Amino acid sequence: MEFKEQVIELIAEICQDEVVKENPDINLFDSSLLDSFGTVELLVLVEERFGITVPITEFDRDTWNTPNNIAIQLADFK
Amino acid sequence: MIPYSSFTFFFILVILLAPTIILGLQGKKFQSYNMVVTVIVLAIIFSSRPASALALVLFTSWQVLLIEGYITYRKKANSGWIFSFAVIASILPLTIYKLLPYFSDTNWMSFLGISYLTFKGTQLIMETRDGLIKQRLPIASLLYFILFFPTISSGPIDRYRRFDKDLKAEVTSEQYKQLLYDGINKIFLGFLYKYIIGYSINHFFIPNLRFIATSHFQSQLFYMYGYSFYLFFDFAGYSAFAIGVSYIMGIKSPENFNLPFISRNIKDFWNRWHMSLSFWFRDYVYMRFVFWMTKKKWIKNRNITSNLGYILLFLLMGFWHGLEIQYILYGIYHALLMVGYNTFEQFNKKHKWWPQTRFTRVVSIVITFHFICFGFYIFSGHFIQRGA
Repeated sequence: MEFKEQVIELIAEICQDEVVKENPDINLFDSSLLDSFGTVELLVLVEERFGITVPITEFDRDTWNTPNNIAIQLADFK
Repeated sequence: MIPYSSFTFFFILVILLAPTIILGLQGKKFQSYNMVVTVIVLAIIFSSRPASALALVLFTSWQVLLIEGYITYRKKANSGWIFSFAVIASILPLTIYKLLPYFSDTNWMSFLGISYLTFKGTQLIMETRDGLIKQRLPIASLLYFILFFPTISSGPIDRYRRFDKDLKAEVTSEQYKQLLYDGINKIFLGFLYKYIIGYSINHFFIPNLRFIATSHFQSQLFYMYGYSFYLFFDFAGYSAFAIGVSYIMGIKSPENFNLPFISRNIKDFWNRWHMSLSFWFRDYVYMRFVFWMTKKKWIKNRNITSNLGYILLFLLMGFWHGLEIQYILYGIYHALLMVGYNTFEQFNKKHKWWPQTRFTRVVSIVITFHFICFGFYIFSGHFIQRGA
C-alpha cells in the first residue's frame, strides 16, 4: 500500500469514521473528527508505525487539517 | 503608566509609531526602529515604578541566560532531568512572585506582565527540547520577542517561531497598507469594546444592581451576566488594542477571542475564549501529558488519560490566575465541566442521544452560555465579597 493510503487508513482508524477515506479533503477539526486527544493518538501511532517523530507544536491545525494534507506533511518529515 | 489605560498612552503611540507607518507605507524596513520604540515605551511604562523595572530586568536576564544556555546544552546532549530543571527554572520567577506575598511584605519579583512573559520563556525551553530550535537565538530577536511592548502586560501570548517569521518578513508597501488598515480597525474595535461597552456595564449596570434587582438571587444572577459581559468586553478590548498595535508594527500577534458566547459546548468555548492562553496550555501541558501517558502506556484507558490531562490543565490554569480561592475553584469548575462533557461526548457518540439539528444547536449554546457565566461568577469572587 502506498504511504499516503497508509496514513489515511491510520487517520480513519483514529477518527473511527469511514468518511475520512471517502473524502480525504475533509477538514478534520471543523468537522469534529479530530480533537487534541485524537491528534496526540495520531502522533503516537505515526511514531510507532512509520518511525516518524513529529513534535506536538509542529502540528499546526491550519496546515495539518485534512487527511491529504497530513499525508503530505508526513511525507516531508520522512 | 499602564498600557492602553489613558489617552496619553495612545497619544505617545501615535507620535512614536508615525515613523514606522511612513517607513511601512514606503515598503522600507522598520523593525530596527520598532525595537527602539519598544525600549522607549517600556521606559515610559515602568518609569514610575523603579522596583518593577528592576524585577523586569532580573526576569529577562534570567530567561535569556536559561534559554541560550539550554539551547547550547541541547546541541550536545538531551537529558530529561536537565530539561525538567530548565522548565522549573523558567517558571521559578513566577513561582516566587506568586508565593512571596505569603512570606514577606515586599514582593521584589513583581512587575506588570510577569505571568504572561513566563509563557514565552517556558515555551522556548520546550521547543528546544523537541528539536525545533537548533541554533542559538540572536539576542536582539529574543529580547524583542520577550519584551515586545504591545503585548507585554496581558498578551496575547505569541510563539517565538511565528513571531520570528513576521520579524524577518519583507513587507511590501501594499501588504503594509493592509496591516495598517487591519491594525487601525482593531484599535477602534478596542475602544468600542473596552471603553464604551465594558465601561458602561461596569459603571452603569453593575453598581446599580441593587436598584434594578428585586431579590438577592436576582441581584446575583444579574451580576453574573453583567460581570461575564464586562470581562469579555474589557479583555477582548484590551486584546484588540494589543493586536492592532502589533499589526501596525508588522507583527501579526495571534487572536485571543472568537465569539466565545456562541460556543456550542465547553470544548468549543476553550477554542474561542482567551485562545492564546488555552492553546498554550493545550500544546504545552495537555497534549504533552497525553502523549507521554499514551506512549509509555502507563494508563491504558483513553478516557482516563484524557480526563487526567484536563484536570491537570485546568488546575494549573487556576493556579496561574492566582492562589486566591476563587481562581482555584474556577480551575476545578472547568476541569469538572471538561471531564463531564468528555464523558457525555463519548456516550453520545455511541448512543446518538443528542442529535445535530438547528434546535439542539440553539439549546446547546444557551446551556453552554450559562455554564460559562457561572464560571465567571466564581472567577469574580463576588460570592466571597458578600460574605453570604
